[in-house]
Amino acid sequence: MRVTVDLDLCQGHGVCETEAPGVFELGKNRQVTVMDPTPDEDRRAEVEAAVRYCPTAALRILEED
Amino acid sequence: MTVAVDLKEPRRVSGGEGETGHLEELRHDPIALMQRVRSECGDVGVFRLADRDVVLATGATANEFFFRAPEELLDQAEAYPFMTPVFGEGVIFDASPERRREMLHNQALRDKFMRGHAATIADEVERMVAGWDDEGDIDLLDWLAELTIYTSSACLVGKRFRQELDKRFAELYHDLERGTDAIAFVDPYAPIESFRRRDAARVGLVQLVQAIMEKRAAGPPPADDDRDLLDVLMSITKEDGSPRFPADQVTGMFISMMFAGHHTTSGTAAWTLVELLRHPDEMEIVGHELRELYAGGAEVSYQALREMPRLEGAIKEALRLHPPLILLLRVAQEDVECDGYAIRAGQMVGASPAISNRIPEDFPDADSFVPARYLEGREEDRANPWTWIPFGAGRHRCVGATFAMMQLKAIFSVLLLDWEFELAQPPESYRNDHSKMVVQMEQPCVVHYRRKPEGRLGGTATDATDATAGASGPDAAGERPAS
Repeated sequence: MRVTVDLDLCQGHGVCETEAPGVFELGKNRQVTVMDPTPDEDRRAEVEAAVRYCPTAALRILEED
Repeated sequence: MTVAVDLKEPRRVSGGEGETGHLEELRHDPIALMQRVRSECGDVGVFRLADRDVVLATGATANEFFFRAPEELLDQAEAYPFMTPVFGEGVIFDASPERRREMLHNQALRDKFMRGHAATIADEVERMVAGWDDEGDIDLLDWLAELTIYTSSACLVGKRFRQELDKRFAELYHDLERGTDAIAFVDPYAPIESFRRRDAARVGLVQLVQAIMEKRAAGPPPADDDRDLLDVLMSITKEDGSPRFPADQVTGMFISMMFAGHHTTSGTAAWTLVELLRHPDEMEIVGHELRELYAGGAEVSYQALREMPRLEGAIKEALRLHPPLILLLRVAQEDVECDGYAIRAGQMVGASPAISNRIPEDFPDADSFVPARYLEGREEDRANPWTWIPFGAGRHRCVGATFAMMQLKAIFSVLLLDWEFELAQPPESYRNDHSKMVVQMEQPCVVHYRRKPEGRLGGTATDATDATAGASGPDAAGERPAS
């Protein structure tokens, strides 16, 4: 899977960082940085929770073959 | 940005032939006006506000443009002339609106503060209902507007400040909110009654804050963990040792901090209760959910942060059908394109939660109260991020949305576990007053309360009304909630 963030939407709430630490990190500019855009499958549940609970729906998972 | 030559000019909506264009219609029936823009002109249309065009965007594509546009293209700061006299002209902030919003977000609205806020809010509700008899009537607007003054001041400024407020603060604050007549687009200081009351209310609020500051200055310093934002502001001095922030500026700061979360939360709480009382099946489902959650005797502060899909669905439907902000505005800073249409520099651009939230293609049975549309598998809010917009969307989306949802859950946890409610007026008589830009429920809006024989603490095992969670459906009465 590939994780993307829409920076027009991100407000830096930091929920994703809590849900999937290491994959997401809040940068100094108060918006998220995707630290690991292609996380391992075993982190799927955490990443899905981050996507789901993002208050501004700024995150997406793109499935890749 | 260069605008291509083949762009369409947006159509102008009918009516508004007089000197002030559609201003009078906006002051009396803004939703009908905006709905007509959509039906006559489509996703992008124009109405006229005095000497200015307002390009109204509705629908997903045009809304996405509106909400994604950076400040350099669509500026928010100069779009709300009716707010300047409310916050106070000449009040000098050390920071831009954007920076202030960020500070608020960082300091009071962070996730880690939410548990404490939930407890604070539950305490405030308990305190208000402590004054109730076993049964009686309340006016929803008066009661909830007062409650949310206490909750927002306690959470955003601090409990010590909240302790020094009473009903007077809430009443003055209400006059401020009523001082948002759209005439402000022509003249924010027009000689009309609501503006006179607005200005008198601001003076009154400054006096209340001044008195609190004087009392604090004369009294002993607060314990460290008791210090609130007012103590912090009072401790800041200029080089000559005099206070950096006089009462007028402090009041302006507090008014602006509390504004976005006050009438919005109060109105949504009122509408959630009214809609649940109009739909007893839904009330039963929500009541069942709450009884299950609190059966173990958990604290409101803990449960309010958890998922409550049924109550959340009811709140989200109240927000969709009765959004507290019906028109969001920007000013175009240059010529831009929106969905194939030309927008010119200087034009105002609007997006309307009241219209977009009810687009039937996105929200089946759009005028009905259907909390089940947010349940897993359907999730019509997430499926329509550009048209389910009670909180706006994109970079300016309400930063307090999570706080608001938690606050509403905490309020209803206390109210619905211990009390029963009944509409005291015909169901269709509850409606919004759209004569001001700050929309509030029109008075009278009275409901009857009665203490439950089995309250939360005394809850008995017989409290097992068999609500079939999952049996929610479109409302049978086909009632069209007034908007």
